[in-house]
Amino acid sequence: MSETVKVPTMAEYMAEGKKPEVLFWVGCAGSFDDRAKKITKAFVKLLHNANVDFAVLGTEESCTGDPAKRAGNEFLFQMQAVTNIEVMNAYEIKKVVTACPHCFNTLKNEYPVLGGDYEVMHHTQFLKSLLDEGRLKVEGGKFKGKRITFHDPCYLGRANNVYEAPRDLLRKLEVELVEMKRCKRNGLCCGAGGAQMFKEPEPGNKDVNVERTEDALETKPDIIAAGCPFCNTMMTDGVKSKEKEESVQVMDVAELIANAQDL
Amino acid sequence: MQYIPNILFILVLIAGIGYFTKNVRKVIRNIRLGKDVDRSDNKGERFKNMAMIALGQSKMVRRPVAGILHIVVYLGFIIINIEVLEIIIDGIFGTHRIFAFLGGLYDFLIGAFEILAFLVFVGVVLFWIRRNVIKLKRFWNPEMKGWPKNDGNFILYFEMVLMTLFLVMNASDLQLQTLGADHYSKAGAYPVSQFLLPLFDGMSETALIVLERTCWWLHIIGILVFLNYLYFSKHLHILLAFPNTYYGDLNPKGELDNLEAVTKEVQLMMDPSADPFAAPADDQQEGEPEKFGASDVADLNWVQLLNAYTCTECGRCTSECPANQTGKKLSPRKIMMDTRDRLKEVGDNIDKNGSFVDDGKQLLNDYITPEELWACTSCNACVETCPVSISPLSIIIDMRRYLVMEQSAAPSDLNNMMTNIENNGAPWPFNQMDRLNWSNE
Repeated sequence: MSETVKVPTMAEYMAEGKKPEVLFWVGCAGSFDDRAKKITKAFVKLLHNANVDFAVLGTEESCTGDPAKRAGNEFLFQMQAVTNIEVMNAYEIKKVVTACPHCFNTLKNEYPVLGGDYEVMHHTQFLKSLLDEGRLKVEGGKFKGKRITFHDPCYLGRANNVYEAPRDLLRKLEVELVEMKRCKRNGLCCGAGGAQMFKEPEPGNKDVNVERTEDALETKPDIIAAGCPFCNTMMTDGVKSKEKEESVQVMDVAELIANAQDL
Repeated sequence: MQYIPNILFILVLIAGIGYFTKNVRKVIRNIRLGKDVDRSDNKGERFKNMAMIALGQSKMVRRPVAGILHIVVYLGFIIINIEVLEIIIDGIFGTHRIFAFLGGLYDFLIGAFEILAFLVFVGVVLFWIRRNVIKLKRFWNPEMKGWPKNDGNFILYFEMVLMTLFLVMNASDLQLQTLGADHYSKAGAYPVSQFLLPLFDGMSETALIVLERTCWWLHIIGILVFLNYLYFSKHLHILLAFPNTYYGDLNPKGELDNLEAVTKEVQLMMDPSADPFAAPADDQQEGEPEKFGASDVADLNWVQLLNAYTCTECGRCTSECPANQTGKKLSPRKIMMDTRDRLKEVGDNIDKNGSFVDDGKQLLNDYITPEELWACTSCNACVETCPVSISPLSIIIDMRRYLVMEQSAAPSDLNNMMTNIENNGAPWPFNQMDRLNWSNE
């Protein structure tokens, strides 16, 4: 982890009188969670590699309010939203990319009515568009032939009908893409959504992430691919609870692409 | 004297349809107890959804066995009802098989009805076996004990009896036609009921006429009773699936609705020129402050209440719910059943008292507990799978809103999370000023 990556901020761009092509919305997990920070860095490397002119808000970014809204605190959500919208509108942001499906959903669907209208993309959609434009090369490299199963994040899949972008990227890695018995619109939640990430589960007979990890392990994967920092945590914990962390890795799609090329 | 059957029939028909209409009005009044929500947009897309999902059963067949059986019963049910038209005309005017003049087409229709009736019978028996012999898990969840379980079976028995009456009626008619009885002129084709003829060997013409008339009367009375049973059962979906799919939410599933009342408050809070101590302007009547979220059915919107009446308790939502699968108390189907049961209770209260008199109960706690509400991961599996576009999630979120914004009754972990967001713009206790530290770690 101890390597510095160059990350321009919107404030720096503004000072130079320039505007970036896209704002990279890092999100709270991507900024503070040790595991998710690796995903953030991998994605930044890919952005540099594809010569994308991007910037982050840095210290001007704040929680989108997603967990507050899902917990029922509409006040807190809207306070967060209007604050963020004020910042983004001041920078005249047009296009946003984020590696977190929760930020993605909130920015894309819940900000417009409050005055924040942007073109919002999940990082797998954005990477796919870079690939299609020929700006990003995705090659098998070290993952060629590996068995990989993709866990659909609810807020990317069912919530916004994005199922193919992450899979298209994985196929480009020349991996053996295997589907879990519950996938795409039938995919089972990892257990973190709806603010569950931040609380203990209600009494039951099993944890949701264990149930989902069993689905994934049934496909005998080398790697479980994820597209969400929270799913990543939940699946990683699930794999540990099954004592499979030696043989099965949980990795974000962006990490897989960056690592395949040893970026 | 000869008109007694006609008069009797008309009276039965008026009573049956009249009582049903009265109850349908109650359903509509109860649905209108909900708050307003605008679903008058995108008519084209809404009609398309209704055509695909309700009429075309597109989501039913995602589970092929139940889906195909359901289509058989559904098609049979609709098409056989064309026969009811003839029964009604015959009943009013004392005619017999009034459409017989259609000749070959009539033979085809009656033949088709018979085959469908047989298939419906088989389908319904298979449904009964799935519920009671195979005991599919989703029909044995805790909320399915007692009335909901019996209700499901009663509907199946009803259909078995109606189909049997229809086929026995036709068989006795055919036997009478063969014997050359008065009024029973040759008409219709009987590909199924002809196999019942051996049962009538040696029966006199009078006995056959009594049997045919008995089946005819029981069949039409049975249909009217079944029609009126709908209001008291989960079976209203045969009607409400259509408006429910039409008025369904067209936004992406991840989008939760925006609370306008909160937007106003937030705007006021963020407006530097707003005077917090200002008295309300004279023209602004200070009414009851708006309630945030839902603790009872009248706090929900009318589409959510329509959802509740539409639910037929199939349980696909509950069987897909990650919380329910892992043993939590939450069952999306129970959320819908509770909403409907409470709405009926409120409706009965209004019927009794003229207007709603506080009964010391509400949807929250008396029906749905916070433990159920907090178990939801908002994953939308229930919404995705519902064959008639019901959203249990929207009710769960509205009730969470009440718990958090009106009662400050969130689980303490969530309060910590929200305090963190308020203080440092992240759900964890990290300083906002450290948000970019990852870039040089």
